[in-house]
Amino acid sequence: MTALLRTESLTAGYGAAPVLHEVDLDVNTGSITAVLGANGAGKTTLLRTLSGLLPATHGRVLLDGKDLRGVRVEEMVRRGVAHVPEGRGVVTELTVDENLRLGGLWRKDRADVRKAMTEVYELFEPLARRRKFPGHQLSGGERQLLALGRALVGRPRLLLLDEPSLGLAPKITAQIMTLLGTLRDRSGLTVLLVEQNVRGALAIADEAVVLALGRVVTRGTDIDDEMRHAYLGF
Amino acid sequence: MFLTFDGLSRGAVYAAFALALVLIWRATRIVNFAQGAMAVATAYAGFEVSAATGSYWLGFAVAIAAGLILGAVTERVVMRFVDHSSPLNGVVVALGLVLVIQGGLGMIFGSEFRPAEAPFSRDAFTVGGVALLSRFDLFVFAAVGIVVVLLALLFTRTHTGLRMRAAAFAPDVSRLLGVNVSGMLTLGWALAAAVGSLAGMLVLPTELGLHPNAMDIVFVSSFTAAVVGGLDSAIGSVLGGLIVGLLLSYVSGYLGATVAPIAVLILLVVVLLGRPGGLFSRSAARTV
Repeated sequence: MTALLRTESLTAGYGAAPVLHEVDLDVNTGSITAVLGANGAGKTTLLRTLSGLLPATHGRVLLDGKDLRGVRVEEMVRRGVAHVPEGRGVVTELTVDENLRLGGLWRKDRADVRKAMTEVYELFEPLARRRKFPGHQLSGGERQLLALGRALVGRPRLLLLDEPSLGLAPKITAQIMTLLGTLRDRSGLTVLLVEQNVRGALAIADEAVVLALGRVVTRGTDIDDEMRHAYLGF
Repeated sequence: MFLTFDGLSRGAVYAAFALALVLIWRATRIVNFAQGAMAVATAYAGFEVSAATGSYWLGFAVAIAAGLILGAVTERVVMRFVDHSSPLNGVVVALGLVLVIQGGLGMIFGSEFRPAEAPFSRDAFTVGGVALLSRFDLFVFAAVGIVVVLLALLFTRTHTGLRMRAAAFAPDVSRLLGVNVSGMLTLGWALAAAVGSLAGMLVLPTELGLHPNAMDIVFVSSFTAAVVGGLDSAIGSVLGGLIVGLLLSYVSGYLGATVAPIAVLILLVVVLLGRPGGLFSRSAARTV
């Protein structure tokens, strides 16, 4: 397998103090990688740096082997990277339908955008019933579904997901995890999944990376008990 | 009756001008205090072209086009660099822009009043001996009506409109979805300034004529209109404009023109005390 996404001693942060320290990461094509760690470990910062919202102070990010330095945030989606930010991804002033359309506006293939929107409405039944509702009238869970659905309308190759299970009922979380697995198996989607729901994430992840205080402390297909106690608290 | 039509005609202009203020407010959280001065500057350009070519409509088109350009330039060169840590920063910069533009206009064109030509007769039609409204009033209604409808279509029916709204409400998310947020901001300023220029071209022939400070009083009325409507509401700003126009017309008609500006300020104070969010705003639309 080849690495779709790779970071080399990636360092980034807000102001003078870095949050991420020298992070090396390989995310293989068609795999799901779970990024785990306590609050403040730098998980969200990692995703923000990968999508370019936060500039790296040191090190680099490679997509398909190409350095992403100087690539603008709005260009990332055209390269197949969809970043679903934590919690606030929905534009609450716009309707469900408008949010979904927004996910496909950059694409030239309008027919496929319509097809993708239909698929999302079929996948996420609660959204189909609220097409004309403004985002601020949705529940937290519905907003998560909408943010994820909107990313799927863009038919990404790499999905950067920040806490998709936040505020969701366990049943819906399980559905989303299953869906991610299906998308990986069927269309070769690559996912970098930041999660607090460690069990759920590990259940579908091909690999896990544990961050603590901005450094990668362990990685692998199997997180052993000592690591779980030390960094994940269970 | 005449006062009502006169008020609606003025109100339509305030509505357009207030709409321009709301467009920029929604996109950037800046009240563009320079909008009056910008509109006057483009009106000067328009009337200069009219005088040189003898064609009112060519000048009219030049004024609107100059509005588009001036708005875009203002955003690219000045407003983009305003630090948003305090809401006052944008206001201070806009006020500075007013001084620069008005000073510049005074140096180039002098500060005496010039007559501003109207494309249509301002004599009111009379029906059964009662004066109603003039051809120019009809032109004002039509122009503002068309602009309001076009803007509504742009924002609700087009991809660009959706991009502009998304960019204004959630810039980071929009960028992640491939929206050129900075381009949308420039476009928003250009459109708003062009609408402001239109309002200027419609109001200058009826008010005092062309003068570097001519739009100051219009700005006060329109700002009130925007606040009355709720700064976030485009429909509110249009209704607010009509309300302020009617108020001004009735007060000038029954109590005298000198009282009218005071009435506007009283309305502003009353709305700010009673319903600071505006009469037509939905409360707490943004919860995250």
